[in-house]
Amino acid sequence: MIDYEKIIPKKISDIQPSGIRKFFDIAQRIEGVISLSVGEPDFKTPWAARKEAINILEKGKTAYTANRGLIELRRTVCRYLKNFIRTDYDPESEVIITVGGSEAIDLAVRAIIEPGDEVLVPEPSFVCYSPIVNMMGGTAVPIVTRAEDKFRLTAKALKEKITDRTKILILPYPNNPTGAVMRREDLEAVAEVLRGTNIVVLSDEIYAEMTYNGEKHVSIVEMDGMRERTILINGFSKTFAMTGWRLGFTAGPEPIIKQMLKLHQYCIMSSPTVSQYAAIVAMEKCRDDVERMISEYDMRRRLCVKGFNDMGLDCFEPEGAFYVFPCIKSTGLSSAEFCERLVKEKKVAVVPGSAFGESGEGYVRVSYAYSVSHLTTALARIREFLEELKK
Amino acid sequence: MDTNKLLDLLRQNARLSDSELAAMLGTSAAEVSDAIAQLERSGIIIGYSAIVDEEKADETGVTAIIEIKVTPVKDGGFDDLAHTIMEYDEVDSVYLLSGAYDLSVTISGTSLRKVALFVSEQLAVLDGVISTTTHFILRRYKEKKHVFNEDSFDERGMVSP
Repeated sequence: MIDYEKIIPKKISDIQPSGIRKFFDIAQRIEGVISLSVGEPDFKTPWAARKEAINILEKGKTAYTANRGLIELRRTVCRYLKNFIRTDYDPESEVIITVGGSEAIDLAVRAIIEPGDEVLVPEPSFVCYSPIVNMMGGTAVPIVTRAEDKFRLTAKALKEKITDRTKILILPYPNNPTGAVMRREDLEAVAEVLRGTNIVVLSDEIYAEMTYNGEKHVSIVEMDGMRERTILINGFSKTFAMTGWRLGFTAGPEPIIKQMLKLHQYCIMSSPTVSQYAAIVAMEKCRDDVERMISEYDMRRRLCVKGFNDMGLDCFEPEGAFYVFPCIKSTGLSSAEFCERLVKEKKVAVVPGSAFGESGEGYVRVSYAYSVSHLTTALARIREFLEELKK
Repeated sequence: MDTNKLLDLLRQNARLSDSELAAMLGTSAAEVSDAIAQLERSGIIIGYSAIVDEEKADETGVTAIIEIKVTPVKDGGFDDLAHTIMEYDEVDSVYLLSGAYDLSVTISGTSLRKVALFVSEQLAVLDGVISTTTHFILRRYKEKKHVFNEDSFDERGMVSP
């Protein structure tokens, strides 16, 4: 009999499955659950992009593309970045089209982290950074962000965690799960700490288009001296509702991108061809669809923030992504207890904040990538749940 | 407040409360209430109704769309005839159209026979009607942006993280 325990290295078997996943498993066993838990748009990919994919299949364009991705798409991405974050990238040498933003995160960490290195991860945040860092033998060092700071990364908190071994700062804004954004002055303060160091910023801007209250997204690469030390990550999944197409991109200084490209080339070869063609159309021709989706998210966001505050759960007003992050400390329950009881008693699934790092304890993540009628039904059930808790 | 956005929200779901609408539009419930009253007074909003899956509500009920070709009359144009047709209780909607025929009339009834008889006995004989063509609705797919018989299964959420 083969002994699987002997063949799986400890650093792999030690990786914990995602806390979101664990909670989905509980929710899925209960019938009739309505969910506010998913992290992807409820919209379909804009029709023009879907149509282009059909067209490309009909033409039989089914071969690999260049390792970096189609040059037309890289040019499109560079024009987009120039317009969106006012920064020039060379499509020939500074951009890779990846399999989702996730692959780009993996490439960036693997290209830079050696055993003993430290990676600063503001928390609560998306769940994939630490496992990848750990697999490379690095250490993920959480930086706790707080509701009173609008869950922004402060220069002070950053300084406290920097050591001689710090190699990467992850900058996950707009943030999943808190919906926090970094304003220009917050980014400038972070940039001031980093200038003159050898720390690389991994700026995960996958939700960059989803910002509200009239303030447009600002990227750390726009700050003086930051472009040379930033690996920018974005993609098509959230902005263009293209999650299943598995397409993202990374842009950064050539000496780093060159190394990431080798990893990409050996493990992926090239990103899905049909998706790449569709993405060109999405980026160039679907601006109206994007605006419409964002305006819809914005209305739902306000509905949720008011809904939670009205029912007595303090809800920080998120200005980005499509999540609200209400505080449930007033119930006396832990995040996990709250979510388990809510799904069992009222059949509404939300994700425990603790799935996004210890500092998420006391909060739950609520996705508003759902229709308004779905949201109002779910909010009414949560209100009932709270009223019954008080009895 | 953006009145067009308010109308859009009401078109999708007229049962949202003033305070829900206010939250979504970034204004107060009182302002929403005033705006809706104003839209009603000015005749922009003329009523509210539910979108019903008639097949489920009444399995035997039928709905037909009748194309009617009309001789327009001096002065009255198509309006006189349209007004006459509107008066029947069976008639749900009446539109004047451009193209191959003039009036489109939607009729619902309890059986095919009743609808067909109504057309032949009541509509076809009206002065000014040149011809009628009756189309029975066999299946509804989408109405006012609401989709019928949509599989409510949400395929999202089966993936981690």
